[in-house]
Amino acid sequence: MSAIAERVKQIIVEKLGVEESEVTPEANFQNDLGADSLDTVELIMEFEKEFNLSIPDDQAENIGTVGQAVAYLEENVK
Amino acid sequence: MSFKRVVITGMGALTPVGNDIPTFWKNLVAGVSGAAPITRFDAERFRTRFACEVKGLDINDYIPRQEARKMDPFTQYAVIAADEAMKDAGFDTDKLDLDKAGVIWGSGIGGLKTFEDEVLNFAEGGKNPRFNPFFIPKMIADSASGVISIKYGFRGPTFITVSACASATNALIDAFLYIRLGMMNVCISGGSEAAVTNAGMGGFNALKALSERNDSPETASRPYDKDRDGFVLGEGGAALILEEYEHAKARGAKIYAEMIGGGMSSDAYHITAPHPEGRGAYMVMKNTLENAGIQPEDIDYINTHGTSTPIGDPQEIKAIERFFGEHAYNMNISSTKSMTGHLLGGAGAIEAAACILAIRDQIIPPTINHFTPDPEINPRLNLTFNKAQKRKVNIALSNTFGFGGHNASVIFKKYEG
Repeated sequence: MSAIAERVKQIIVEKLGVEESEVTPEANFQNDLGADSLDTVELIMEFEKEFNLSIPDDQAENIGTVGQAVAYLEENVK
Repeated sequence: MSFKRVVITGMGALTPVGNDIPTFWKNLVAGVSGAAPITRFDAERFRTRFACEVKGLDINDYIPRQEARKMDPFTQYAVIAADEAMKDAGFDTDKLDLDKAGVIWGSGIGGLKTFEDEVLNFAEGGKNPRFNPFFIPKMIADSASGVISIKYGFRGPTFITVSACASATNALIDAFLYIRLGMMNVCISGGSEAAVTNAGMGGFNALKALSERNDSPETASRPYDKDRDGFVLGEGGAALILEEYEHAKARGAKIYAEMIGGGMSSDAYHITAPHPEGRGAYMVMKNTLENAGIQPEDIDYINTHGTSTPIGDPQEIKAIERFFGEHAYNMNISSTKSMTGHLLGGAGAIEAAACILAIRDQIIPPTINHFTPDPEINPRLNLTFNKAQKRKVNIALSNTFGFGGHNASVIFKKYEG
């Protein structure tokens, strides 16, 4: 697991109160991890803060799973 | 249409002198002060560096962490107090008509800490307008009633009353009136506040409203003492279960007391100062007794607003003397704010609880920290200084007055079938 993926997992565990084992690449924030739309917005903000970047809204809309978040961040974090 | 009777069938409290009703009451009767140096934030540069904080509380003992972080402390306090009250009331929730169950809560400010944190974050983050999505739902004052309503599935009237330091009393009055009119069977009512923050302390300091007795926090709240120098900010809250009498009787509920009246008045005078002749204080007592259909001679105990400010204390006392006449000297009067500090929008709730418990146990909690008589306060009044007094308590009145000139009072009576 990449360092980015590990940090993403920790943020999700912290914010959503789920077990590490639940945070699989396929896990959908809303369908699998109990997040609502506000939780998802908050997660995106946490990723922005943690990785010091700005995720445009149209990109954020495409981040619904753990894997999508990791992929986006691995591509965009410098 | 005939009015319904309203009884109190459950109570919960989270206060600077106890995190549940039994501890709160034991310490009030024992005359324990809840004041101490501030721990919530670094208050070193503030003129007042102490407050009456809730102590020894681990929120996660009561509310799961993921839920708690979406609540401002004033909502957390509300949820904790409501939970104790609901357990105390012992409803069989399967049998409750949830469409006739409400939540009417009071808070003077709402989510002050949430507001402060978010704005600080905005300023420190280079004014990047990325606010947390939970900012608004955590901060708005009605969130306490919303969260409690969701928790218990209560689908009747749910909202918040905001009238500064009278807020919780206004909530109790609204709950009382709606039940009286048959619009609800059951209501979780009360109030909470969590203003021991940078902005809360700084704001009240700027008004010169707070005691600055930093060398002796536990004696700082001294209502009616000659050397009082302002109120002591408190935090926490209390919840009361108001229930329609036949509804309570049918389920064999434990009944603490009957709520028999509520009344309001306004000073229409100044945004922070009370009317110098206590015009509003006089009228609110008159209106409340009329609403309850009782005579001044029927009141055994008044839990006063009595915040320990130089101007506020005598005007209330003078209004009591004017309204009650000779009977003013037969009653017991006390300010439990001498122990709890001033919970602002939560004050009316914990003081209503104190009145109800005084009726239950036939004992008056004291006004502690009385050292030097104030020539402005008539010594014939029994202000229950320094030590609880046993006496017959059939009917008790609770007064609360808020910035804006809002006055609200409620009356509780010993339950008799």
